[in-house]
Amino acid sequence: MSDKLMHTPLNNLHKNSHARMTPFAGYEMPLQYKNGIMSEHLHTRSHAGLFDVSHMGQVVLRGNDFKQTAKALETLIPMEVETLNVDRQRYGFFTNSTGGISDDFMFSNRGDHIYMVVNASRKEDDIKYLRKNLEPLGVSVRNLENRALIALQGPTSQKVLEEHFPKISKMRFMDVSTIPIAGAECWVSRSGYTGDDGFEISIPSQAAEIVTTSLLEHETVELAGLGARDSLRLEAGLCLYGQDIDATTSPVAAGLKWAMHTSRLSGGYKEGKFPGAEKILSEISDGTEHKLVGFVPLGKAPIRANTELFGHGSSSDKIGWITSGSFSPTLKHPIALGYLKKEYSIQGNRVNAQVRGKLLEIEVTKLPFVKKNFKK
Amino acid sequence: MKFTEEHEWLRVEGDLVVVGITEHASSQLGDIVFIELPDEGTIVSKDDEIVVIESVKAASDILSPLDGQIVEINEMLVDEPSKVNEDPVGDAWFFKMKPDNMDQIDEYMDEAAYSKLIS
Repeated sequence: MSDKLMHTPLNNLHKNSHARMTPFAGYEMPLQYKNGIMSEHLHTRSHAGLFDVSHMGQVVLRGNDFKQTAKALETLIPMEVETLNVDRQRYGFFTNSTGGISDDFMFSNRGDHIYMVVNASRKEDDIKYLRKNLEPLGVSVRNLENRALIALQGPTSQKVLEEHFPKISKMRFMDVSTIPIAGAECWVSRSGYTGDDGFEISIPSQAAEIVTTSLLEHETVELAGLGARDSLRLEAGLCLYGQDIDATTSPVAAGLKWAMHTSRLSGGYKEGKFPGAEKILSEISDGTEHKLVGFVPLGKAPIRANTELFGHGSSSDKIGWITSGSFSPTLKHPIALGYLKKEYSIQGNRVNAQVRGKLLEIEVTKLPFVKKNFKK
Repeated sequence: MKFTEEHEWLRVEGDLVVVGITEHASSQLGDIVFIELPDEGTIVSKDDEIVVIESVKAASDILSPLDGQIVEINEMLVDEPSKVNEDPVGDAWFFKMKPDNMDQIDEYMDEAAYSKLIS
């Protein structure tokens, strides 16, 4: 990758909005705007935050029909795709041959094709991988470089979009639809990465600024950057690829078994037949050594990623590690995610985190940290 | 007032030096949510990491600008770390130290030089 950072179609809008820009996955992205992470976070929880996520990969898979495309994708993932209804979306991930995760994504049935949104840091590899494996099965893989992607998140999101498309209120969580906003053809899903109600909106690049500006005209909408996006997803207990999950982590240990459909698991009619299936199916029946759990530190110090965890008593054995840690603006105390040996992973159990040479007590807690608020 | 390249300000008060961080540093750090101060009485050497500041996003250290002893810390910051965002050069000083050698302060920038550094 070249040293020059790529720009999203909203780069000028960010700069005109006093964003503090930061390099992220090869892009120059807004970390925060002038009000700061805390304010953007709280505004998203109380009203609506608008995030530019155009750095993420938007991919279209197209075979002869949806069924063929779905069957092809099922060879790479432990999800049920064939039964996904038209204009419905699911969460998925690519497993690798050693039972790890090579990326996580959203995918939807758009009638004659599958639309996917993958992580920015993984999109190049994902597209190569999809082409290599799906083209021989008669499925084309198109990287949509001409579309922007924004996320409108928070309790007033529906009200904001109703001004452009009144029927938006009919959409339920994980519904997908094509609607006009400010004259542009937008692909909208009722989903997001904050644990709150909200929408993710794919926009033709040339209309990105017009659509975004028109949404920002609503009195309840404010821009929010990657900083708030990270603290919001952590409060919702949602994994971040590259941090909480990666090519070496088991989806079972990461608590993602819910995303794997029973038809693909032991005893199902389409059992296995995805990369790493043997390992993953045995982990489902036998368990994993570690589990991803939530932690609340008893003190005020945030516990950051890569902090090592130890038990009480004389044993100096490492029993886990933190993968994400931040201050929760909603709860006003630090929160963290991390892997912990299964025998310690009991709610209310206390373990020690080694921070700057000191052992700080943290407590295993239930996830999510902040209750989800989806439109069912 | 003197300024370090680490964005600390130093103000002489009799035989003590009061230390805090600049407006520029506090705005770059963003919302500060946690501050760990050294114990009063701690003997410190120049460049020792003696204060930890955590924002929502990340942790950073404050280095001791001088050799000497910490004589007073600003306890208020432990309960209200956000004061550092509100009034970094006033109420939200970090600690007062008694330097071994007050002349050590001369090596630091004056306000004009610091303004140039951050411009």
